[in-house]
Amino acid sequence: MKSNRVPLVVEDVQKAFGANEVLKGISLSVNRHEVVCLIGASGSGKSTLLRCINLIEPIDSGRIVVEGEEITAEGVNVNRIRQRIGIVFQSFNLFPHMTVLQNITLAPRQALRIDGKNAQERALGLLERFGLLDKKHEYPDRLSGGQQQRVAIVRSLAMKPDIMLLDEVTSALDPELVAEVLNAIKELAEEGMTMLVATHEMSFARDIASRVCFLDAGKILEQGPPEQIFKSPEHPRTRQFLQRIIAAGRL
Amino acid sequence: MTAGDTGPDRKLDPIEAVSPPSSPPTLGRGSRVLGNRAVLGSSASTILFFGFIAVVATMAPGSEIVRQRFFSWFHLKQSFLGTGGTPSVAEAFLLNVEIFTISEMLILILALVIAIVRGMPGPAFFPFRVVAVAYTDLFRGVPLILVLYVIGFGIPGLGLRFFSYLSDVTYGIVALVLVYSAYVAEVYRAGIESVPESQNAAARSLGLTRWQALRFVILPQAVRRVIPPLLNDFIGLQKDTALVSVLGSIEAARAAQIYGAAQFNYASYVVAALLFVLITIPLARFTDRLIARDKRRRQAGAIA
Repeated sequence: MKSNRVPLVVEDVQKAFGANEVLKGISLSVNRHEVVCLIGASGSGKSTLLRCINLIEPIDSGRIVVEGEEITAEGVNVNRIRQRIGIVFQSFNLFPHMTVLQNITLAPRQALRIDGKNAQERALGLLERFGLLDKKHEYPDRLSGGQQQRVAIVRSLAMKPDIMLLDEVTSALDPELVAEVLNAIKELAEEGMTMLVATHEMSFARDIASRVCFLDAGKILEQGPPEQIFKSPEHPRTRQFLQRIIAAGRL
Repeated sequence: MTAGDTGPDRKLDPIEAVSPPSSPPTLGRGSRVLGNRAVLGSSASTILFFGFIAVVATMAPGSEIVRQRFFSWFHLKQSFLGTGGTPSVAEAFLLNVEIFTISEMLILILALVIAIVRGMPGPAFFPFRVVAVAYTDLFRGVPLILVLYVIGFGIPGLGLRFFSYLSDVTYGIVALVLVYSAYVAEVYRAGIESVPESQNAAARSLGLTRWQALRFVILPQAVRRVIPPLLNDFIGLQKDTALVSVLGSIEAARAAQIYGAAQFNYASYVVAALLFVLITIPLARFTDRLIARDKRRRQAGAIA
């Protein structure tokens, strides 16, 4: 049974770029309907971990298991795996030559072989849910950053992924546009989407996370429910990081 | 001597050609923005400039002879229409049009294939990449006229069953396609490489295959970016169709030469030159418009 499996298990994953060890043995699991937030300074390995799970970056050692299937094994069809793992990037990466609707229906039609009419219906339903229905024929250039990022989220959702990876999705946005994107993610969380979220928005993490992981220099130093991590962190590095965040007025 | 003296050897570097021009074309729009004084000033300088050229040309000692040899109305008309003994330059020009229309279509396809092959990753495709690189190196390096000779005289000489009995025009088209595809492939490649890697990552992360990402995400953007330099290459190609005459085809430049030799008058060359200019101007303006449109679109994007 699919529902009994753990959506994502990461076991002792290591990754280096040349001499630079970015991930030094990360182990982590995400249960169904769980929202796990990765926090930590820039360069702590949050983005790299997400990119490894999406198989954009090959890992050096360890293994990653999605829904019971080891995706880092030899000879795995990466295209099939990626269809089940949605990822949203910091820089939206919408396709600029396609309208919103074309952006969303491309992968369902080409990768999942869903016929045009069904793909379109699915896309329109999602656009309506995220308040973007009137933008369906616009090109990405004509949308605000917040709208573009919500379209990117919809584009991922249209593949009906088992798990969503969000990579600092609000970092490239103007402050006044952050809320609309965070609200969209909050809605997803409430609907029970399984998510792994790298973020700098601490109050957001506190609100939606079932669990918060603090990454430091390629390792998970501490993890637990948000109340515990934010109110009484055990590790001095976590405390130090959070103090800096509070000093910067972001919590 | 032929109209094709600007060989492909002088083409812009494709990478350089992809980057937007520093000053946008403002043909025919300047006056609207300029004030009255500026209009006066520009008119005065225009009259002075062309007046000076006219004066120098008419004052030259050989001016009268040149006018008769090159600009005699009688000969301009007669070479355009043709006489009993000499072919019409205008009619011969239709052959140029035919040659570049067919060549352009074939070049667009062959060049794209070469560019894609050159970009294929992984060790399995290594021999294909080598062939693509060797192809572009070879045909960008050899002068077009030599390729014409080798194809046009070499292949018939081989005595093959079908391939050795084609028309001169066909061999000419083959040579043009071979040489120009090497250039256009590089233009395509520059376009493909100018699409950010993040676009590929986004497409692949959605589960699209490498080919699907190329077909639906990378290539459409790449082709849009290279349309101006691509059209630039095609303007060069239109002129180089004149070189096919070395194989014996009577196209516009050759018809002009025949007329000149028979009548001892060079007005036919002026006719041929004007025909070439006439057909390249629309393409050049079209290129300008595409560049301007692209620029407007990008600016609109920056504001939004």
